[in-house]
Amino acid sequence: MCRLAAITSDEYFSPMENIIALETMKEGNDGSGLGITMRDLNGEFENLKEYPILSGICTRDGGRVVDDYMDKLGFELLYVWAPKIKKTKGVVPHEYYFARVYNYPDSFRHKSTEEKENLLMQTRLALRKLGESNESIFAFSFYPDVITLKEVGDPLQVGEFFGLDRDEIKAKIVFAQGRQNTNYAIYLYACHPFFIQGFCSMTNGENTAFVPIREFLTSRGFPGYSGYNSDSEVFTHILHYTVRQLGLPLRYYKDVITPLKKIEADKRSDAEALQLLRHSLRPLCIDGPNCIIGFTPDGSCFMAHDSKKLRPGIVAGGKGKYALMSEECGVDRVLPGRDKKKDIFPMKYDLVVVSPRAQEVKIWNQLQG
Amino acid sequence: MESAARLDSNHKLSIREMPYIIRWREDRCKRCGRCTAVCPVKAIEPAVKVRRVVRSDGPVPAPTSERSVVQVVEQVLDMERYCTGCATCALVCPNEAIEPEFNFQNKFLHYKNKGGDGYKRGGRRNDPSISTLDRLKFTRISMLTDPALDAGRHEFRVRSLLGRMISPEEMPLIAVDGKLAVDKRDKFMPPVREIYPIMIGSMSVGALSPPMWEGLAMGITYLNEVEGLPVVMASGEGGMPERLLKSRFLKYFIIQIASGYFGWDEIVRALPHMVEDPAAIEIKYGQGAKPGDGGLLMAEKVLKLISKIRGVPQFVDLASPPTHQTQYSIEESVTKMIQSMSMAWGFRVPVYPKISGTQTARAVLNNLARNPYAAALSIDGEDGGTGAAYNVSMDKMGHPIASNLRECYLDLVKQGKQNELPLIAAGGVGKKGNLGANAAALIMLGASCVSIGKYIMQAAADCFGDEYNRCNLCNTGKCPRGITTQDPKLYRRLDADKVAERVVEVFKSADVELKKIFAPLGRSTELPIGMSDGLSIEDKAMAERLEINYAC
Repeated sequence: MCRLAAITSDEYFSPMENIIALETMKEGNDGSGLGITMRDLNGEFENLKEYPILSGICTRDGGRVVDDYMDKLGFELLYVWAPKIKKTKGVVPHEYYFARVYNYPDSFRHKSTEEKENLLMQTRLALRKLGESNESIFAFSFYPDVITLKEVGDPLQVGEFFGLDRDEIKAKIVFAQGRQNTNYAIYLYACHPFFIQGFCSMTNGENTAFVPIREFLTSRGFPGYSGYNSDSEVFTHILHYTVRQLGLPLRYYKDVITPLKKIEADKRSDAEALQLLRHSLRPLCIDGPNCIIGFTPDGSCFMAHDSKKLRPGIVAGGKGKYALMSEECGVDRVLPGRDKKKDIFPMKYDLVVVSPRAQEVKIWNQLQG
Repeated sequence: MESAARLDSNHKLSIREMPYIIRWREDRCKRCGRCTAVCPVKAIEPAVKVRRVVRSDGPVPAPTSERSVVQVVEQVLDMERYCTGCATCALVCPNEAIEPEFNFQNKFLHYKNKGGDGYKRGGRRNDPSISTLDRLKFTRISMLTDPALDAGRHEFRVRSLLGRMISPEEMPLIAVDGKLAVDKRDKFMPPVREIYPIMIGSMSVGALSPPMWEGLAMGITYLNEVEGLPVVMASGEGGMPERLLKSRFLKYFIIQIASGYFGWDEIVRALPHMVEDPAAIEIKYGQGAKPGDGGLLMAEKVLKLISKIRGVPQFVDLASPPTHQTQYSIEESVTKMIQSMSMAWGFRVPVYPKISGTQTARAVLNNLARNPYAAALSIDGEDGGTGAAYNVSMDKMGHPIASNLRECYLDLVKQGKQNELPLIAAGGVGKKGNLGANAAALIMLGASCVSIGKYIMQAAADCFGDEYNRCNLCNTGKCPRGITTQDPKLYRRLDADKVAERVVEVFKSADVELKKIFAPLGRSTELPIGMSDGLSIEDKAMAERLEINYAC
């Protein structure tokens, strides 16, 4: 089972906290990949918050392709950050890991956020396509104030490999997943967290309903709904589709993936809307077992489960710092002094949302509406 | 020169030409005559013969022979009175002295065209081989990485939706204080019914006997009202009893309109008095068993009750045209028909067409996909049954349901409308008795619902028919089980209450079977529509065609 460690805070913290939590939760082989997504970055990035960061991996040739392509589109390179790689046993290094901050092409600088987001996504997809066949380019995310790192290996070793224990890089939201590969080949694009236009999620467990969901998403005519090297990538895309494309409030994400029975839904004041969602979004219903942790563009972090098989999870902490993890011991390691009585173990009807800047936590229960 | 045919019996067919050969045991027969009386086709008759009989009565063998007059049961060698293999004779025989045996060498079809008319019959395609549906296996078993569910303990929602689903991008939702509400202003909200994913397909009052139709109707009503399984049943062409049309039970029925419009005078007249809307309206354009043929109710079956319900004289052949004659194009035929039927019920009832499986199904599908009033598409494959058709239509015409359904579903996937327009699949479901498995396989290929006909006649009323052309007398009105006849002498053999009981048992067991399939697949919350990764087949070409896994 994959381990999930997400932390959201009002203060900057090192992603090593997440990695140490993963190490604490580790059981069995967690060496199939570590993915880290960081948001609200410190240091040099604080001055570049509105500029998109392209995160990925490339070979020397791939790097040239990236440069040429970005030049051609008119992106202007502003800043380059790269992890301080330390050769570590058990991690086979790729040539270049990068996070490059660009300024938008002239023609896009005054365009709407939506148009800019679409440009960034199209660019990321194009780069992925350019380098996918020979694995010369991996493009994980291209979005302002977000960096994604991924590599195959034990989480702690990969953390050391990236030099995160020595680097000054910090963030206010960090998602990390230690992947336990089961049914798919070890491949970097299959590594969580997945990111699309400000929405990010990571999941453990297997997605039984993967094929119909994938078919539904890919047939929406939205180019970003592609990839799917992992059956869990659909959770990110359902989130994006529900909140961004359909404009539904976040809490309805839970109603989409785990719709209530009619008898339960009829007790809610929005029963009519729920029925419409249940009918029109029927293929997006999941069956689990999954624990899903995600964040949305406003910086809210949430945890939700499937409604039947229920992979456990915990949301704990206090004002200013919350951890959302797959196991309690991971939280104990990161937040040892917290008031444990306030720990939340979400159940099948719950969507637990931690507000931006970790100010408060709300449990939204589906039955209550 | 005069032919010597008559002298050496060369004008007769040999018994080896017959599809079924009667095995009669002289030593067991007590000559009660029940078999010859009950035979629906008079294929056997009593006869008297003079034979040499050998006897030995004493304590030591001392055989003597004498010529004696004996009574026998004899098979008639007239192809017009061929033994259909129904085995009603065996059923009534008190001594197990008689039964028909299938003859693989028969030349039945070579001769069954007397008077220049092809062989007509009821039933389904005479192909006893294993169908594609029965070759599909469920090979994605959840175990450790994804815990399986318990079919006995977990809650399963084995339900489907019948009706047009609004495209998610067009849902008229407004958020007020973070809560969603439906804004129905200027928006057509298509009616959607939550139904059980196996329905009873169209079999008319008329094609079926009163106790059979009544038994089915009672069975599904019980399933809805007592068992909580929302099973619906289609009426077939030929209307419905007036009392039922005006009852609260109408909501469990799909009313069919076909090219003959039989029964629709009565339906229209009953409309103002209806207290419930029907589950849906099915517009029949084709039937899997006999594509290109219209419905046919032989004059023998048009008795008083039928003539009243259908609004026609008694004892006349009721042939529906192959197409809806008043309409000349797909736009006319489908679009306007759907509009008209929707309008009749104030757009509160889902209206969908039923077509026979065909290579052109996708053309119809795409027309419907663009019609926001089309509630579904029902596709009836070549293994579907019928009450009356030419054998050639049944055996040789039509398209298998599996690939037809699959290509339609994948076509919808390409357009992103796989959830908006439900597909109903029929034709050969439960052909070998595997109702749950066949239904689950079709659902995973993309069907929202499956429809059964022949299977329920077999399972609920012991229909003799099979794919060795057994019985298949539905067209003659002489159904020995009383299922497809209007002759009171025959249909009183059938007990409507028993049929209803069996309907309930069949659906309850199918429900258990579906759960036993869905539980190891790990699905419980919604039907696994299009979950094709769970299916495999032991044939590479079929796997490729259906876009599923090949497993061996």
